[in-house]
Amino acid sequence: MANYIPNTPDEVQEMLKAIGVKTVDDLFAEIPPELKLQSELNIPAGVSEVEMARELKALARENTTVDEAVCFLGGGAYDHIVPAVIDHILLRGDFFTAYTPYQPEVSQGTLQAIYEYQSLISSLTGMDQSNASMYEGASATAEAINMATAQTRRKRVLVMQTVNPEYRRVINSLCQTMGTEIVSVPFEDGTIDPGKVGELINKETAAIVIQYPNFFGTIEDIERISAMAHENGALAIVIANPIALGLLEAPGNLGADIVTGEGQPLGIPLSFGGPYLGFLAANKPLLRRMPGRIVGRTVDIDGKTGFVLTLQAREQHIRREKASSNICSNQALMALNATIYMSLMGKDGIKEVAGQSFQKAHYLKRELAEIKGLSFPFTGSFFNELVIKFPNARKILGKMAKQGIFAGIPLDNYFSGLKDHVLVAVTEKRSKGEIDRYVDMLGGLING
Amino acid sequence: MAEPLIFDLSKDGRRGYTLPELDVPEVDPADHIPARFLRKELNMPSLSEVEVVRHFTRLSRLNHSLDVGFYPLGSCTMKYNPKVNEDMARLPGFAHIHPLQPEDTVQGALKMLSKLESYLCEITGMDSMTLQPAAGAQGELTGLLIMQAYHRKNNNHKTKIIIPDSGHGTNPASCSMVGYEVVNVKSDPRGGVDMEDLKSKLTPDVAGLMITNPNTLGLFDENIGELANLIHSVDGLVYYDGANLNAIMGWTRPGDMGFDIVHLNLHKTFSTPHGGGGPGAGPVGVKSHLEAYLPNPRIQFDGKKYKVTTKCRESVGPVLASLGNFLVLVRAFAYITVNGREGLKDISTHAVLNANYMMQRLKKTYKLPYDRFCKHEFVLSGKTLGEFGVKTLDVAKRLLDFGFHAPTVYFPLIVEEAMMIEPTETESKGTLDCFMEALEMIAAEAKENAEILKQAPVKTPVRRLDEATAARKPDINYYRKPE
Repeated sequence: MANYIPNTPDEVQEMLKAIGVKTVDDLFAEIPPELKLQSELNIPAGVSEVEMARELKALARENTTVDEAVCFLGGGAYDHIVPAVIDHILLRGDFFTAYTPYQPEVSQGTLQAIYEYQSLISSLTGMDQSNASMYEGASATAEAINMATAQTRRKRVLVMQTVNPEYRRVINSLCQTMGTEIVSVPFEDGTIDPGKVGELINKETAAIVIQYPNFFGTIEDIERISAMAHENGALAIVIANPIALGLLEAPGNLGADIVTGEGQPLGIPLSFGGPYLGFLAANKPLLRRMPGRIVGRTVDIDGKTGFVLTLQAREQHIRREKASSNICSNQALMALNATIYMSLMGKDGIKEVAGQSFQKAHYLKRELAEIKGLSFPFTGSFFNELVIKFPNARKILGKMAKQGIFAGIPLDNYFSGLKDHVLVAVTEKRSKGEIDRYVDMLGGLING
Repeated sequence: MAEPLIFDLSKDGRRGYTLPELDVPEVDPADHIPARFLRKELNMPSLSEVEVVRHFTRLSRLNHSLDVGFYPLGSCTMKYNPKVNEDMARLPGFAHIHPLQPEDTVQGALKMLSKLESYLCEITGMDSMTLQPAAGAQGELTGLLIMQAYHRKNNNHKTKIIIPDSGHGTNPASCSMVGYEVVNVKSDPRGGVDMEDLKSKLTPDVAGLMITNPNTLGLFDENIGELANLIHSVDGLVYYDGANLNAIMGWTRPGDMGFDIVHLNLHKTFSTPHGGGGPGAGPVGVKSHLEAYLPNPRIQFDGKKYKVTTKCRESVGPVLASLGNFLVLVRAFAYITVNGREGLKDISTHAVLNANYMMQRLKKTYKLPYDRFCKHEFVLSGKTLGEFGVKTLDVAKRLLDFGFHAPTVYFPLIVEEAMMIEPTETESKGTLDCFMEALEMIAAEAKENAEILKQAPVKTPVRRLDEATAARKPDINYYRKPE
């Protein structure tokens, strides 16, 4: 009913006349009659803007937001502070209603922002280069594996069991079909024992895939395990939490060949899972294996600095079946979101977000240690996410949700052996008061 | 004036954002994390809030965008993006929910997704839909995984996919990603699939056909029913690339044409914004015989509650860690709700009317290789300007000086010096007239003074860029200069 079509009935008649037909039906004449829809589509009639908004607002109200409840959920998406500036810039039509920058002369805004994004991601991860974005963390990791198998011409990939289980499922769907053999490396004490990697790695191994910090929040020894990969001619793929890198050493300085992951912590709203931002950065020898778009700095015919999509001979619109990936649309606007976030936070801000998340998570752990009946099953160092264990966990999580705290992710969703284990995340957004309330409520329910 | 890089605006000590004071007792990270894992150095710019706002605002002004003007990019369906949809995507109940919240607390979101699935099934004539794929290309990959799983289950030995030579580049690239070999099939003189060529390539190892209809020439292939039958006769599946759905909504449906698998581009047909290259959404619909293979997770309604299930054993598994690009899906839902059944048909009607109106006039100035009614787009050739030493690229660049975006150029590959024009339904006759006038003036300029075209653009923030050096000595990271 709302009308985004400007042509008036008179104009339609003029246009039909210019074309030389009587009705619009004539323009659809070559669709065989047996294929033409004989009735209207069976969906509701159109409504006005305000009526549509009423329906969507009612649906939105049926959800409990992380501002109504207090969110201690992580597992790949985190409730960080999102500065107001970001959305105001994203809402500029010049950005969000622009197309892929295929005509660089009229796309310098998008192109320069992508160049800045690539530089910031490279710097954060400690790598030589980043592409312009991927869909999200899991599928970006699958693409990183495809890069490694193509580069090494090997098929065996060791994926640590401490990698986010959702990512491992996506890797299985997207990589095994290419004949890639995925070998799972089991964990002990919530972390990967390099000895275990040593048992499973061999000269057929294309890559190891490890998460930093891992799914349980624990900081893995990516340095030693990357070195083991290199000793066997394999590549080290590190899935990193970009905010953790404000406190933790860059994977590029610890031996990573490809760093990938989920950019949502960089100022992207939780959005029920998307749109998020996959990032993918690698070192120089892998430049021509990179999937997706890359922006380069150059000059125009007057010698003025400008930016273009470059190295396009890797991409599907040029190379078709020989392309390094099929990716076309990416997550450009989310890359811009992350670029604005990193620019606004800056060096000191990123460090502080990471530092406060670390401090508050460690404060929570100290306070939880006082609760009888609650234990910490894993002993490794952690950043802002940790696993706790207590009896009747699922039931208690349900009660806490009803009382306004999303208290954690039950891990038996993913690991049948981890009954009553709960993954808890703390960001800089949580206040001491919220953390204290969490501890009081949980303690009361465990011992009540 | 060029806008400096954000790095060159940086001054150590500046802050663009203030966090709340740390309100918990502090510990020394060095007591908790081994020193070799603590960050030594972090290179990031430091700016004030106002500098950040101005930098990105100034950058934005260097872009062409839909909000500024016409974007006749063939195959991209650059239609107006309704503003209210942005508001809907920012409702706290959608924007601020965590993907792993208890199901009880996201019933509204799941209900919306479930309704959107059923709308898209109805629009395409399919039986089931997954909203998970993040973009058209990921939809293609998902569709091909479904195809593969189906053939595996049925013990069919299949290795090849047939693709018309007019197909999108993502089609063959997606095939390679699942290990299928690509067999190209020629187009006939009317621009459809050459049936004889197809028959000659139809061997028992053909897994399926990937095709868009109308195709990338903007032409509806009347033989589509027979095409589908032929592919089915060798136990193949027929895949619909939904990039061009904007031509046929409410008129005909892929499901009725015999397609087994369909992907849609919500960032085209359903008006979700392109965002400078994404995010999009590429839902995939299938007929009932393929439902079991759809990606986990699926959304189900048990009569009381919406649930997310991952139980289906035949499923190809998830292709993303989440249910999809959720806020893109919210926008598409808003768009379908506002337009409704008659509005969606009107969209296709006007998209086709606009395209034919332009084609009839422009064919007098530029070569039209396939002269028959088009659907939502048409392809001209700039070849006739070759005698003046002018290429299609020069026409495209000159259009930028007139304040228009260029059409898609040099695609499809089967038309020399191709210019692919898709006006969409949201452009007025007045805009189309102005654009056509510009194209006619440019053709006249080519004849009279081709140098104007070769020098173009001159009114844009930068002029033609040196792409060759950019590729030879890639400068793609501010912090690591090329050697």
